[in-house]
Amino acid sequence: MNDTDTMLDIKNLTIHYEAEGGTVHAVEGLNLTLGRGESLGFVGETGAGKTTTALGIMRLIPNPPGKIKSGEIIFNGENLLSKSESEMRKIRGAKIAMIFQDPMTSLNPVITVDKQIAEMISLHKNVSKSEALKLAGDMLELVGIRRERMHDYPHQFSGGMKQRVVIAIALACDPELLIADEPTTALDVTIQAQVLELMKELKQKFSASMILITHDLGIVADICDKVAIMYAGRVVEYADKRSLYTNPVHPYTRGLFRSVPDIEEDVDELPVIPGLMPDPVNLPSGCAFHPRCSMAVDECRNSRPKMIEAEEGHFAACPVCVKKFMNGEALS
Amino acid sequence: MLKYILRRILMLIPVLLGVAFCVFTLLYFTPGDPARMVLGDLATDEAIKEFRDKEGLNDPFLVQFGNYVYKAVFKGDIGRSYSSKRPVMQEILTAFPYTLKLSAFAMIIAIIIGIPCGIISAIKQYSWFDTITMIFAMIGLSMPVFWLGLLLILFFAVRLRWLPSSGFSTFKAMILPSVALAAQSISMVTRMTRSSMLEVIRADYIRTARAKGQKESIVIGVHALRNALIPVVTLCGLQFGQLLSGAILTESIFAVPGVGRLMVNAIMSRDYPMVQGGVLFIAITFSIVNLLVDLLYAYIDPRIKAELK
Repeated sequence: MNDTDTMLDIKNLTIHYEAEGGTVHAVEGLNLTLGRGESLGFVGETGAGKTTTALGIMRLIPNPPGKIKSGEIIFNGENLLSKSESEMRKIRGAKIAMIFQDPMTSLNPVITVDKQIAEMISLHKNVSKSEALKLAGDMLELVGIRRERMHDYPHQFSGGMKQRVVIAIALACDPELLIADEPTTALDVTIQAQVLELMKELKQKFSASMILITHDLGIVADICDKVAIMYAGRVVEYADKRSLYTNPVHPYTRGLFRSVPDIEEDVDELPVIPGLMPDPVNLPSGCAFHPRCSMAVDECRNSRPKMIEAEEGHFAACPVCVKKFMNGEALS
Repeated sequence: MLKYILRRILMLIPVLLGVAFCVFTLLYFTPGDPARMVLGDLATDEAIKEFRDKEGLNDPFLVQFGNYVYKAVFKGDIGRSYSSKRPVMQEILTAFPYTLKLSAFAMIIAIIIGIPCGIISAIKQYSWFDTITMIFAMIGLSMPVFWLGLLLILFFAVRLRWLPSSGFSTFKAMILPSVALAAQSISMVTRMTRSSMLEVIRADYIRTARAKGQKESIVIGVHALRNALIPVVTLCGLQFGQLLSGAILTESIFAVPGVGRLMVNAIMSRDYPMVQGGVLFIAITFSIVNLLVDLLYAYIDPRIKAELK
């Protein structure tokens, strides 16, 4: 990937929350790149820092208690972290739009949906109020909601339809980057499939790049080109989808895949990764995964592993495994 | 919507009957003979007997109650005051404008001060402004109105001589009673606005509004406020209803000739028709204010409007 194609480049991003029991290391030295037109699956457990990273890109970390401590977020060649609040407002919605996790609560209950979409359009496009409302109706039709319903309130829609409205808002100003934070987690499975299909379709249509935050490896396989696996505030493995799904390198990634049930196999108990996510107030030294890792060596306890290229475009933050992988040894 | 209003008004009938019955019963069993109270200690037994016969005080309880309701419903007559001899209705209607004005002023003060203070406290949570506001709200809430009223009189009327200590005829005279009456409402409105706002500004849809690139002033002033005001409106309505019916202490301290004072005097002098009429009147105003609040509520919150249809 050459530089001109890079749309988003996150370097060494660190975000902390000040909590009563100490500092929560939500995101710790995170590195991530996203090319133009790519979709990146951002996978990790609850609490791994996925949403915090997304909010960090939008500069919407609630402060206090949250604070972006250090790092750079280069978007289209400019560092978002050095932008003023009013400059950020022009980027939010227009260049980078976000779809939130829970459609039930992400729409304002006392404003009709057309006005909520039109608000976005009026903010970033130079159109009259009535034109904005008309465009809002167009957007609703685009996401598969009949135009007649545009004057309805959010509570008159089902969960899946609300998420369609949220998507309509996010895409209303034709953003270059769409961040979808677990867009289907709150929906039931059939609706999930519909919403995902819609997102896939619209992403093509608007030729936007996308970061899809999820903990569902199946959804990633369906939609994304690249995958980043996040653990305890850091990206531990980053690769294109095919390479990651066929040759997972990092022990955490392999643990994740092992714990996905196989429809062909009949097992009584799924293999799980032993232990729990570390307390983000008190992260382990070195590699944050080492207390749960069966392959951990002394080095893992002492120094924080860097991302190493295992094969072309496939990076993992585990020197032990990468070495084994490159030597062609089997990774248990 | 119209059907809903009609239903609510119809529901007033059993409520008022119930209120009338309760008050009637309570007064019936209260010790003290109204005839004696009205005519004085020196009245002859004959005069007292005559009074009791004339006013129907010797009839059985249910007959008395039945007569009262019959007259009230079919003749619009809720009796004559024993002490002033004027119709109760007329007495109340003379006093009510004062109470209404006093309550309205107090409510306006509470809203003008309480809502902005609550909003600022919420968005600047734990700041010095928030701390000071909450301290004042605590004081306002726990300070009895008669004590605050006396302090205000002492300071502004007696010491500084800026404002009159009693009466309610000029605008200047209205200030002290309104402020004294408003103190508790200001505190309650401030605290309610703050807590409701605190909840709302953490809501997902506020984040959505910010993610659209909306200005913070509009995020707070439009997106958050409309949602945060829903419980505040209810509170204001209840408070206003209460102010209308319960400004008794304030009216007594500042000698405002309103319904509250009328009631106190009527209770003191065992003026049964006056007390009954007063309580009924208060019940009606309270119910009407509540109905208006519910309608306003539906106007602000579309989810409730949908339920009313």
